[in-house]
Amino acid sequence: MASSKDKYRIKQLSIFSENRPGRLMDIAKAMKEAKINILGFTIAEGMGYGVVRALVDQPEKAYEKLIKEGFIVRYTDVLAVRMEDAPGGLYDLTTVLKAAGINIEYAYGYSMPPGAVLIVKVEQVEQGIDTLQKSGRELLDISHFK
Amino acid sequence: MSCWNSKIEMMPRDELNKVQLKYLQAFAHKLYDQSHFYRARMVEAGVTPGDIVKLEDAAKLPFMVKKDLREIEQARLFMVSNNELVRYHASSGTTGRPTIVGYTQHDIDQWCESVARGLMSAGIGQQDIIQISYTYGLFTGGLGLHYGAERIGATVVPASTGNTERQIDLVKTLGVTAMACTPSYMMYLGETAQRMGVSIKNETKLKIGILGAEPWSEGMRERMQEWLGIRAINIYGTSELSGPLWCECSEQAGMHVWSDLTLAEIVDPETGERLGPGEKGELVITMLQKEALPIIRYRTGDITTLDEERCACGRTHPRIGRITGRVDDMLIIRGINVFPSQVEYSLMTNPEVGNEFQIIVERSGALDDMTVKVELKQEAFTDNMAGIEKVRARVEHKLRSTLNIHANVELVEPGSLPRFEGKAKRVIDKRKL
Repeated sequence: MASSKDKYRIKQLSIFSENRPGRLMDIAKAMKEAKINILGFTIAEGMGYGVVRALVDQPEKAYEKLIKEGFIVRYTDVLAVRMEDAPGGLYDLTTVLKAAGINIEYAYGYSMPPGAVLIVKVEQVEQGIDTLQKSGRELLDISHFK
Repeated sequence: MSCWNSKIEMMPRDELNKVQLKYLQAFAHKLYDQSHFYRARMVEAGVTPGDIVKLEDAAKLPFMVKKDLREIEQARLFMVSNNELVRYHASSGTTGRPTIVGYTQHDIDQWCESVARGLMSAGIGQQDIIQISYTYGLFTGGLGLHYGAERIGATVVPASTGNTERQIDLVKTLGVTAMACTPSYMMYLGETAQRMGVSIKNETKLKIGILGAEPWSEGMRERMQEWLGIRAINIYGTSELSGPLWCECSEQAGMHVWSDLTLAEIVDPETGERLGPGEKGELVITMLQKEALPIIRYRTGDITTLDEERCACGRTHPRIGRITGRVDDMLIIRGINVFPSQVEYSLMTNPEVGNEFQIIVERSGALDDMTVKVELKQEAFTDNMAGIEKVRARVEHKLRSTLNIHANVELVEPGSLPRFEGKAKRVIDKRKL
């Protein structure tokens, strides 16, 4: 049964990518061809490969396009937390998560004037949503990413 | 010039031929009478021991290939009981299963004899200190050279491989005069010494290198001799035959193959027809006196030539030239034999990766570097970097235990490796020897 919190699970695309010139360009090209807007992204680097993590406006369409182009892709649920775009914003947020014992696997931010948004991947998604909401943080739901 | 066994080493060729024929006939009889396997092979080839009346008749005997040593049950190949076996060695097979070689005391003695003659012909004697920097263990290089050197009374430093700085310290402090190792390790040792501020040429007593277990070139020999101030001697042997067996004498003009112990032939790799002196082809070896694991017309897969002329050193035994290639896709990486089929075998045990792979061999500095590229499967992909790294490390670990050497593993995207319709070309060898 779908929980009311499910709307806060933002579908991020995780794309396996070999570490060689032009690979990010190929991903960007696929996005352009499918008229997908990339809202935010980050690259994690491994031994000879990387994982491109991207938030896009039409995740399903982007997923299909990338699969068609031969990429390895999967969805990953992440949370999008609005932050104050001021010194100490990140500190306050991470303090809340630490107090609840929630581990951040990775995070990246992007600007959404007038504030900033932090995308976080946590192991315990449900608990993360609860903790952040209780602390008075604003979680963006999936409607913001369309 | 010293000889370990001058009577046999200098024996006139026609006399030597008689000795060799006698051994060959006795060997053929013994195999026919005592081994189901060899008897069946001979029957299949339509030959009986009585057909061997002159040396050229060896060509009537059936070939053995590496696959025989792997696929046939050992019990059928070994001709002695456990009581008579005194040692095992192993080398990589063409798949994950190693090729096991067994020795009786007599086999070990003959092996030592062969190495002893070679080392002495290369100019090593009782007064020498020889550091053995081949791997000790299942690999035959370390122990083979070790016992051969002890046989002639040289002082052995059993350094094995690794810890190069300590190896250089040993060379310096003990006054080591000869090194036995792979040619690439010799170069690496020189480079490391240079970094340590030690000149091998001017600050050590090293004068001879006994170098083999991997292909190298005359160009590399010249460079090494000039740079390190040593005489670089080529040595050859494979574990199936015993281990390292023959090396060049100080003339450095081919490796003497002792005719009383071994019959060497060169054949056309395609047709199996015997080729004449000087013609390039596949080296085929019969070990005339082996007891535990008899080797008859074994196709080594190595390409070389045979020179029957008497050597300038006076020895009458034929000489094989530098190995210039392989008839199969076997690679030699840091002295270890690697078959692409072994890599495939190991990769297939990992459900996370696909069927296609590519092997890239490079030389970084003096040492070989091997990378295996394999495709990550869609279903094995996780967003978790540690999870992917775990898969990569596991594939790498399994390869290591199959190949006995480290290979870097790179995960690539599915469909990104080349596909082949005919014979797959999975190896990219970028080494320049």
